[in-house]
Amino acid sequence: MKTTDLIPANEFCTHHHIELSFIHALKESGLIEITSIEEKVFVPISQLPQLEKLVRLYYEMDINLEGIETITYLLQRLNDLHQQVLLLSNRLSMYEGD
Amino acid sequence: MEFIDYYKILGIDKKATEEEIKKAYRKLARKLHPDLNPNDKDAHKKFQQVNEANEVLSDPEKRKKYDQYGKDWQHADQFEQQRQSRGQSPFSGGQHFGGDSDQDFSSFFESMFGGSGRGRQTKFRGQDYNAELKLNLTDALETRQQTLTINGKNIRITIPAGIENGQVIKLKGHGAAGVNGGPAGDLFITFVIAPHPGFKRLGNDLFTTTTIDLYTALLGGDTTIDTLQGKVKLKVNPETQFGTKIRLKGKGFPIYKKEGEFGDLFVTYEIKLPANLTEKQKALFTELSKLT
Repeated sequence: MKTTDLIPANEFCTHHHIELSFIHALKESGLIEITSIEEKVFVPISQLPQLEKLVRLYYEMDINLEGIETITYLLQRLNDLHQQVLLLSNRLSMYEGD
Repeated sequence: MEFIDYYKILGIDKKATEEEIKKAYRKLARKLHPDLNPNDKDAHKKFQQVNEANEVLSDPEKRKKYDQYGKDWQHADQFEQQRQSRGQSPFSGGQHFGGDSDQDFSSFFESMFGGSGRGRQTKFRGQDYNAELKLNLTDALETRQQTLTINGKNIRITIPAGIENGQVIKLKGHGAAGVNGGPAGDLFITFVIAPHPGFKRLGNDLFTTTTIDLYTALLGGDTTIDTLQGKVKLKVNPETQFGTKIRLKGKGFPIYKKEGEFGDLFVTYEIKLPANLTEKQKALFTELSKLT
């Protein structure tokens, strides 16, 4: 990964007025991936939308980490089910109009 | 423009404390926030109202103005005009931000607070946009460029061959502009592919039916079928049964983002029986039937 694809975690925290410990807690819960280079913590750019979403859930909606983990799991299931519905509806269209 | 009761939106009393407002907002945000309701336009719209109500009621100065002029907001307009003519704004505490973010707020809000005046300095990522693009099945056969107009801006996109019905592609940064320098949202385009009268699609495979006459089905022969890539001549085996399905490898749909690779085409034979038989034909079929 190029270094330009990484954002220093402390800069992200300053920007969003959040604690660095929150990033570590998210990492420990497996909700985001971070990279450490020479004892400095970085967030891959690809993780930014997910991280910003988690920040909103935690700080704006006052949802604790356990709640965020549950929500993330359920949203993933919702997305999987949405994909499955799409697949089935595409299959069903095979038999419609015959 | 109708008066919007921000207290009603948040489900709180007019005497609600700051803490009660915060609590009510958070409760509704947990239910309606777009992060928790992907693809739910209704929830998104309701959340915008909740967000707007919170913007006003959580800011003591805005709340004061809202409470003061609330139902008579038209008078607030007149009052503002008088004050502006004297070179002074009644809402001096508000900050003015132009641009796309205005659409997150109602006309009522803009009328009272002069645009989407957000009191906080927090950077917000812009709203994501969702759009639907209708294509014919044949449009998805080849990679194509298309220009879309989203909120007055022309965006040229590449639609890869083999895109599926219901597939969503994300165009990063083409959503609403961010607020207070926050990043722009994304644009999500859902492709809706209209059914084709001659072909059905399942993944990368195509399905079609073709009709052959009784004699070709019994004795074998040639038939020509239409594929999406043109006409193809097929050899029909003798004694082909009604409903026989054959597979034409690589004559199906292009595989998404795999250039030069195609699915298969499945052809089902239907057999057309002769009608209006002559006396001679009837006699011959009768003779045939006695042979079995």
